[in-house]
Amino acid sequence: MDSRVINSRATTTGRVGMKFWRRPLDTDKIKIPHGELHIIWERCKGCGFCVEYCPKEVLELSTEFNAKGYHPPVAVKEEECINCGLCEELCPEFAIFPVLKEEPEEAEEVKK
Amino acid sequence: MSTVEIVEVRGKVEKEHPMEKLLRMDRIPHIWCPTCGIGTAVKAFATALEQLEIDYNNVAVVSGIGCTGRVAGYMKLDSFHTTHGRAVPFAVGLAIAKPKMKVVVFSGDGDLISIGGNHFIHTARRNVDITVICVNNFIYAMTGGQVAPTTPILANSSTTPYGTFEYPFNLPLLAASSGAVYVARWTALHVRRLTNAFAEALQKRGFSFVEVIAPCSTLYARRNKLGDGLNLMKFYHDNSIIKHGADPREVDIGFQEKIVVGKFVDIEKPTYLDCLNDGYKRVFGDAYKVYGEEDE
Ligand code: SF4
Ligand code: SF4
Repeated sequence: MDSRVINSRATTTGRVGMKFWRRPLDTDKIKIPHGELHIIWERCKGCGFCVEYCPKEVLELSTEFNAKGYHPPVAVKEEECINCGLCEELCPEFAIFPVLKEEPEEAEEVKK
Repeated sequence: MSTVEIVEVRGKVEKEHPMEKLLRMDRIPHIWCPTCGIGTAVKAFATALEQLEIDYNNVAVVSGIGCTGRVAGYMKLDSFHTTHGRAVPFAVGLAIAKPKMKVVVFSGDGDLISIGGNHFIHTARRNVDITVICVNNFIYAMTGGQVAPTTPILANSSTTPYGTFEYPFNLPLLAASSGAVYVARWTALHVRRLTNAFAEALQKRGFSFVEVIAPCSTLYARRNKLGDGLNLMKFYHDNSIIKHGADPREVDIGFQEKIVVGKFVDIEKPTYLDCLNDGYKRVFGDAYKVYGEEDE
């Protein structure tokens, strides 16, 4: 198998994708969802998957220990959480999950 | 604990994790090591079940022995923890006795492919309607890191301290050439695609197989000086090549080499029960009552 061919193809598509990257027409109308993070402190084993792969770098490993002696994550920039749920999907311990935060303006709009 | 942040974070944990309905919470936290990838595979499987909105009473999980063999014990579904290597034959019996049930085998590479290797190939050959999920961490983990039939050449294990020199199995090729109708491989890092693969495999009629490449931090990573599971996740990130429809003959894995992932096989073929019914109908004609159609 020629892995170089596949590799180079992958990079080219990546570049082409970037070239046609443009601002979608409805960016001003799109609302970015926000999540509220729940971390089950004592269940976490401090693996760091959630910290490493959070696309918004919301999390950091705490300097404190939990009862098992691990460093669970803390949300240092929780306001930036976009409720993508990647931390929940990657967490091998079922110890972290975001919950969609209801935006106050949104609720009003629904009423109108 | 002194800092404000943490008190705040800890104070907020009043909600239960969305997956708790699918887990036997009296057994959680599970025994898997920190940065082991098996938990992530279980999460992806639970998410797939949730997305499919199937009746959980109609799903059974069967595991063998090993680290991944613990999965059956943690899922709050009908589950059975079999003896070493015998997950597949138990699942076959279940699938034939209860044809409407979704029977899933969730086990490791050593259990399924080495000790249960014969069961695996013959069940694929007969196209029995089960889903087999194989978490491949390249080593016998629970028994102490011995060489497995999936350990890549050069990798160190407790029984090959100078590096193994045996050819490993290429699992997608083994499954496809034995007759599986669905074959996919993803790493534990590709959680969303893995979830989709589980959902597709569950819906597939016939023998479906999903290989999950997952880090074993304590034995495979440590013995081979690869860091921990997080380092292996980063390795998967940099070295996975997504290639749907790749020829399974070309997807073998070398030690710390590129990993081809994707959906390799997705075909339609009559299942074991279809063939059984056809076969008996041919012999007995109208006197034969088709098996597996009526509600149990
Ligand atoms: S992924 Fe889970 S176990 Fe790992 S550090 Fe984050 S919360 Fe803890
Ligand atoms: S020994 Fe390896 S496979 Fe078993 S739980 Fe630990 S990291 Fe996971």
